[in-house]
Amino acid sequence: MIDKIVRDMAAAMEGVKDGSTVLVGGFGAAGQPDDLIEGLIEQGATDLTIVANNAGTGRTGLARLMELGRVRKIICSFPRSVGSVVFEELYKAGKLELEIVPQGTLAERMRAAGAGIPAFFTPTAAGTKLGQGKETREFGGRPHVMELALPGDVALVEAWEADRWGNLTYRRSGRNFNPVMAMAAKLTIVQAQKIVELGAIEGERVVTPGIFVDRVLNVKRGAPWGEADAA
Amino acid sequence: MQPWSRTQMAARAAQDIPDGWYCNLGIGMPTLIADHIPGGREVVLHSENGILGMGPAPEKGREDAWLINAGKQPVTLHPGGSYFHHADSFAMIRGGHIDLCVLGAFEVAQNGDIANWATSENDTAPAVGGAMDLAAGAKRVWVMMEHTTKDGRPKLVEACSYPLTAMKAVTRIYTNLAVLDVTAEGFALRDLAPGVTLDHLRSVTAAPLHDARETAGA
Repeated sequence: MIDKIVRDMAAAMEGVKDGSTVLVGGFGAAGQPDDLIEGLIEQGATDLTIVANNAGTGRTGLARLMELGRVRKIICSFPRSVGSVVFEELYKAGKLELEIVPQGTLAERMRAAGAGIPAFFTPTAAGTKLGQGKETREFGGRPHVMELALPGDVALVEAWEADRWGNLTYRRSGRNFNPVMAMAAKLTIVQAQKIVELGAIEGERVVTPGIFVDRVLNVKRGAPWGEADAA
Repeated sequence: MQPWSRTQMAARAAQDIPDGWYCNLGIGMPTLIADHIPGGREVVLHSENGILGMGPAPEKGREDAWLINAGKQPVTLHPGGSYFHHADSFAMIRGGHIDLCVLGAFEVAQNGDIANWATSENDTAPAVGGAMDLAAGAKRVWVMMEHTTKDGRPKLVEACSYPLTAMKAVTRIYTNLAVLDVTAEGFALRDLAPGVTLDHLRSVTAAPLHDARETAGA
């Protein structure tokens, strides 16, 4: 019998190794797996590469993981936002490596990783600072840069509903990066607001099929807290 | 001289968006355009974080923390609207499905180059977000910005001095003084704010521009 539901956070985080690349879902507070981030802080893995849209705000969650010195590198599209104080401090002190990636390229690099595509060409960033040093080729008379797939060792995902096969739905704009991250990682760990019976999520409603999911933890955290910074 | 206010600029740009277009309005000034789409036109708004058919801000007290836009402000969903993940959202942008994207900018060059993400070559951690994808991928890119910086420096230039967001991307610019097109012959003036003279406009524009108004001088 397939049962991807895990009983507690320790089981959810078991085996996350030092040096892992961890994909963290969410855009703003919506769809951000806050409890799993806390679980990762507790679990202890270090020397991590974090892939997320932002570089953390305030001093909790991702920012706390960074402040504890557990993050070697961050790959994101929007490092600086209101409240990204920990990022600023660590980056200025040279304690954090940063790779800035255009948001669509970031999503597509993970989708490619999940789909077995090692690299692709895109006009995004061609002729800009973020395209420098990348292989460039013309298609239809227009320059394109080569971007590499971005696979994760681990993905931390927030879902709305989940069943024991790991089929997932998401809530409104809480979907964002979560489905592509679920595809792109070797170990996909989900925190789901609701666990439902197998079959309760009708086939047409499944957004992430269970094949992309390894572990599901039930976390009833309610609505995310809205935040008002830019991205 | 009566430069257009931000609201008037937004209304001026909104006039030019036809019925049926799918549009992404950048954070800041371009967002205001949504409030000025002429009645009777259906313009479908896209948000990078996975929303098509985005509606206006909710009434106070009815905010939904699960429904935010790319600026992370609470929004609503228009009937017929949909949600999708980030790769699909950027496929809409990068695949040329979005009819129009309106962005803010630091500088626009006479060939349509746009700089809107980093203010210096030495800024090692600027935030790019979806700006490069939008500028390179949308069918049309318009810019909405003040004609000059706060200290009076022109933002319409021969070549951008700030790091580029995309090459040859912009086709139209709405400023507080004028509406201009980017053409093979450089900036072409389409409309002037009330009382603004062509001489004044030229004095605050750091690139040649020619008068292409249908009724020049009106």
